[in-house]
Amino acid sequence: MPAVTVSGLRKAYNGLEAVRGVSFDIAQGEVFGLLGPNGAGKTTTVEILEGYRHRDAGTVSVLGADPEQAGETWRERIGIVLQSSAMYVNLTVREHVALFAGYYVAPRDPDDVIDLVGLAEKRHDRVKTLSGGQQRRLDLALGLIGDPDILFLDEPTTGFDPAARRAAWDMIRSLRELGKTILLTTHYLDEAEQLADRVAVLRKGEIVALGTPRELTSRAVGTEIRYRRDGREVVVETNEPTKTLHELTGEALARGVELEDLHVLKPSLEDIYLELTGGDEE
Amino acid sequence: MLVHQLRAEQRLYWRSHELAFFTFIFPLLIYILLGSVYGDDPIESEGVTGSEYLLAGILGYGVAATAFAGLAIIVVLRRESGVLKRLRGTPLPGWAYVGAVLASTIIVFTIEVVALLVLANVMFDVPYPDRWLSLALAVLLGVVAFAALGVALTTVIRSAEGASAVVNAVYLPMAFLAGSFWTPQAYPPVLEAIANLLPLTYYIQLMQDIVLHNEQIWADWTNVGVVAAWGIFGLVVTVLRFRWEPREG
Repeated sequence: MPAVTVSGLRKAYNGLEAVRGVSFDIAQGEVFGLLGPNGAGKTTTVEILEGYRHRDAGTVSVLGADPEQAGETWRERIGIVLQSSAMYVNLTVREHVALFAGYYVAPRDPDDVIDLVGLAEKRHDRVKTLSGGQQRRLDLALGLIGDPDILFLDEPTTGFDPAARRAAWDMIRSLRELGKTILLTTHYLDEAEQLADRVAVLRKGEIVALGTPRELTSRAVGTEIRYRRDGREVVVETNEPTKTLHELTGEALARGVELEDLHVLKPSLEDIYLELTGGDEE
Repeated sequence: MLVHQLRAEQRLYWRSHELAFFTFIFPLLIYILLGSVYGDDPIESEGVTGSEYLLAGILGYGVAATAFAGLAIIVVLRRESGVLKRLRGTPLPGWAYVGAVLASTIIVFTIEVVALLVLANVMFDVPYPDRWLSLALAVLLGVVAFAALGVALTTVIRSAEGASAVVNAVYLPMAFLAGSFWTPQAYPPVLEAIANLLPLTYYIQLMQDIVLHNEQIWADWTNVGVVAAWGIFGLVVTVLRFRWEPREG
């Protein structure tokens, strides 16, 4: 049974449809990425799955339950990291994690979770003294403390510097190894490409592409071959890169010329993404 | 789970120095100040001294500060920062959270009442009250009713920045009109009429009956009834309008 099933999901705010008929499944243990620009409906979708929002239409099942009806036993199995950090700034890291551990029947050990998110040295510091990135890690710790089966991460690395993002990625990969199902939203392509087993690209409330990062990059747009001839750049687009390249190089060899600065470029997820979302990233 | 949350609530309250000062220390300071100025004036209508009369007024002010103003500010801050939303995402049951917050406020106000009584006794020779059970019940009634009103007030506050402005604009005039700080002159009729509607007016009368006149809480139901009715009003507003999350957009 999939961990998450979403079918025909719709949600409007004041007559504006934020989510317009979204359907997808997430398998147990899968890392699923919801990718899209701001305002594409990512957070609305995730918050419906988390049980925060009422949906207008469609069916939703998370760990076999409808989030809107599900109670505290269901919440025991769900871990949530919201888009913005919110916590008690006057507690220490240890106190805060221990407080939340008390909400669950079978929590993980607070000290282990603090170590896992890399806050061991900050254990006894007040939350208000933490940097933004450290608070985000505490967020993750609070999402993990209940030892959830499924973890929702809403833009976990937005606002991070590159080093902090790498560290967060490593952490999320280590969660996958624990067998957690993870739903991750992001507007960073490289993040989806690095972390997700499968990616759904959302645009204006609809899924415009769904597949593994590899599937997404291998479809549609052709491969580009670039070289220079007589100082001018030549670009050849092809769906049969092997054949085209063979022809080009064969011809060049026959004529005894060099294809200067020869490149074969596979389209990146970024190209696909820009094409799919119409470049309306803010 | 309730005890677990209660412990955290207590820790949070006392660690938030501004809030603890504003809601807990401030009433004590006001009592010392006003008691020193008016303490020896006799209040002929009640047959007590100024410091005794003020004690009942400041006990009322104390419940307005801790349960009404303090709680309203805490709830708005937690709602706007997203802490309440986050709590909703955990298995912590709503009743356990509400229970812990109320119990924490009862603890704070109880300490405040004891501190005021000791202060009154030590500084101004005000005798300790005899009706401890009635006093305890009155503390309970006050916290629950004013907490309900405080949380009801949060439903009309839109932002964290507005919290203390709105709360002060409501509770300081209320405390003044209800006679927390006692002024020797009578109020103009309009203000008198407003004062006669306020829950705090009746709560202070209740405290006067118990602390100054050694009456039992059940001797006269009028004051209890009005305070309870206001509490129920607050509860109804809360149930109908309370939001766990910041307003959208």
